[in-house]
Amino acid sequence: MESLTQLAYLVAAALFVFSLRWMSHPKTARRGVAAGVGGMSLAVFGTLLHPEIIAYHWIAIAVVIGTAIGIPLSRVALTAVPQRTALSHAFGGLAAGLVGTAKYMIWLPEGELTAFRMGAISVEVILGFLTFTGSLMAAGKLQELIPTRPITYRGQNVINLSLLAIAVLAGVWLVIDPSRSFLFPVLITLSLIFGVLLIIPIGGADMPTVISLLNAYAGLAAVAMGFVLENKVLIIAGALDGSSGLILSIIMCRAMNRSFTNVLFGAFGQVQASAKGAVEQKPVKSATAQDVADLLEMAREVVIVPGYGLAVAQAQHRAFELYEQLQKRGIRCRFAIHPVAGRMPGHMNVLLAEANVPYEALVEMDEINPDLSQVDVAIVVGANDVVNPAARHDESSPIYGMPIIDVDKCKTVVANKRTMNPGFAGIDNELYTADNTLMLFGDAKAALGEVVKALAGDSGMGH
Amino acid sequence: MHPIDFWSMIFVFMLATFVGIDVIRNVSRLLHTPLMSLTNAISAIAVVGSIIIAGEQKTTFSTVLGTIAVAASVTNIVSGFLITDRMLKMFRQPGSK
Repeated sequence: MESLTQLAYLVAAALFVFSLRWMSHPKTARRGVAAGVGGMSLAVFGTLLHPEIIAYHWIAIAVVIGTAIGIPLSRVALTAVPQRTALSHAFGGLAAGLVGTAKYMIWLPEGELTAFRMGAISVEVILGFLTFTGSLMAAGKLQELIPTRPITYRGQNVINLSLLAIAVLAGVWLVIDPSRSFLFPVLITLSLIFGVLLIIPIGGADMPTVISLLNAYAGLAAVAMGFVLENKVLIIAGALDGSSGLILSIIMCRAMNRSFTNVLFGAFGQVQASAKGAVEQKPVKSATAQDVADLLEMAREVVIVPGYGLAVAQAQHRAFELYEQLQKRGIRCRFAIHPVAGRMPGHMNVLLAEANVPYEALVEMDEINPDLSQVDVAIVVGANDVVNPAARHDESSPIYGMPIIDVDKCKTVVANKRTMNPGFAGIDNELYTADNTLMLFGDAKAALGEVVKALAGDSGMGH
Repeated sequence: MHPIDFWSMIFVFMLATFVGIDVIRNVSRLLHTPLMSLTNAISAIAVVGSIIIAGEQKTTFSTVLGTIAVAASVTNIVSGFLITDRMLKMFRQPGSK
């Protein structure tokens, strides 16, 4: 029986690796999901064979409850996927924390708590519970249930780090003497509080990094659980999850030119005040939808640069219609995607894919930047910082050094904005006053809609 | 536990991390959002630990904790795989509707 279980785990682990490998291309990605489901089913089946399981009814009830919560959670709007992801990190952390606690309670009276087991349980419980509350806070900020602005106070970092240090000390003490059971609730409580305090000072703009980081924590919590239960498939799956979170965090940090410590302890929101009105007030050139349509008709290469504002204005479908109109005329149209153009890694790609944009038209920043000097028209919708040339040359700018999409190198830039009202975002954008920039004022959805209409109208009369 | 078991687990962890980093680096940047929901579902393999705790019924307290943990993991498995597939279906090639 035991070897059958281990065989199931072995195959499951292999399927998980294949599952992620197939995510390397959209063509094979759905096969990856099938492999993941296959691996999971095998592992669960192998576990149910376990002779220690004497009753199945609680398991069955839990499966029903989990399915009942899971199905609606899988049907949320794509703009809410970041919140859903944060919630699932919370569930992952919770499961790890609870299993660690249960194991402590079971092993303590049995005298089975070796130093190794106790150490692994401490790590599992600390990581699990801090991921639980931290992810709940992140989900709350993303859903705007709690204020998204960073909340800071004097001595914040000192307080946070001392809390974590005390939790770790309690863990170490438990390893030395597991029978000090009063320390265990202390460990749990401190981890729960630390998770909350860790996320409070982090602003909305840093959410993509924070989600990725919590992903890594959730993975590591699963690894720790694997050490506690001496279960290798858990260690493998947790390590895959953890390394994925780590890599995504690194990509997000690089895309914002920030370090981990800066994201976690820096409270980005405060820096913005230092941006002074250094840019002299040059007049902006404004254009009508018809002007933009005329400009596009003469173009050969067009790039659309979407930011999260596009999704806020629900303008993804208008952007696709514009893409379609241009394609119809033989004008090459691509979307330039900045890694942080959304609320989580890759978010903008999913939002545009939902609006029917084929994935080959979605191009990464690094890939499109060298082509931009050949592009006739760049249309910036709902993006601001990620196209601000100040990031390249203005050392006093808070976003200095951040990699941007160099739209200012295109022959003409059309920037859509509601009004010219500066200052709200805190950072002036010299792109709007550049000689080759036309401003298209108005709500993104309405403005793009008018451009599409003007384009469609022209083709009816002209040809 | 035998010290060999402990070290073999460390080895498994190290190698799996290397494999993970290598495989994840090759994941298309287009698919980072579905990637996160997929790895999320996969790491909910934690369900195997929860199942044993809920099923072996050592104490009432551990059974309750195990049951909650199974429910939390199953939520991640179900919603993670379903939403990943839902998102991946949207990535279409030009020309196909």
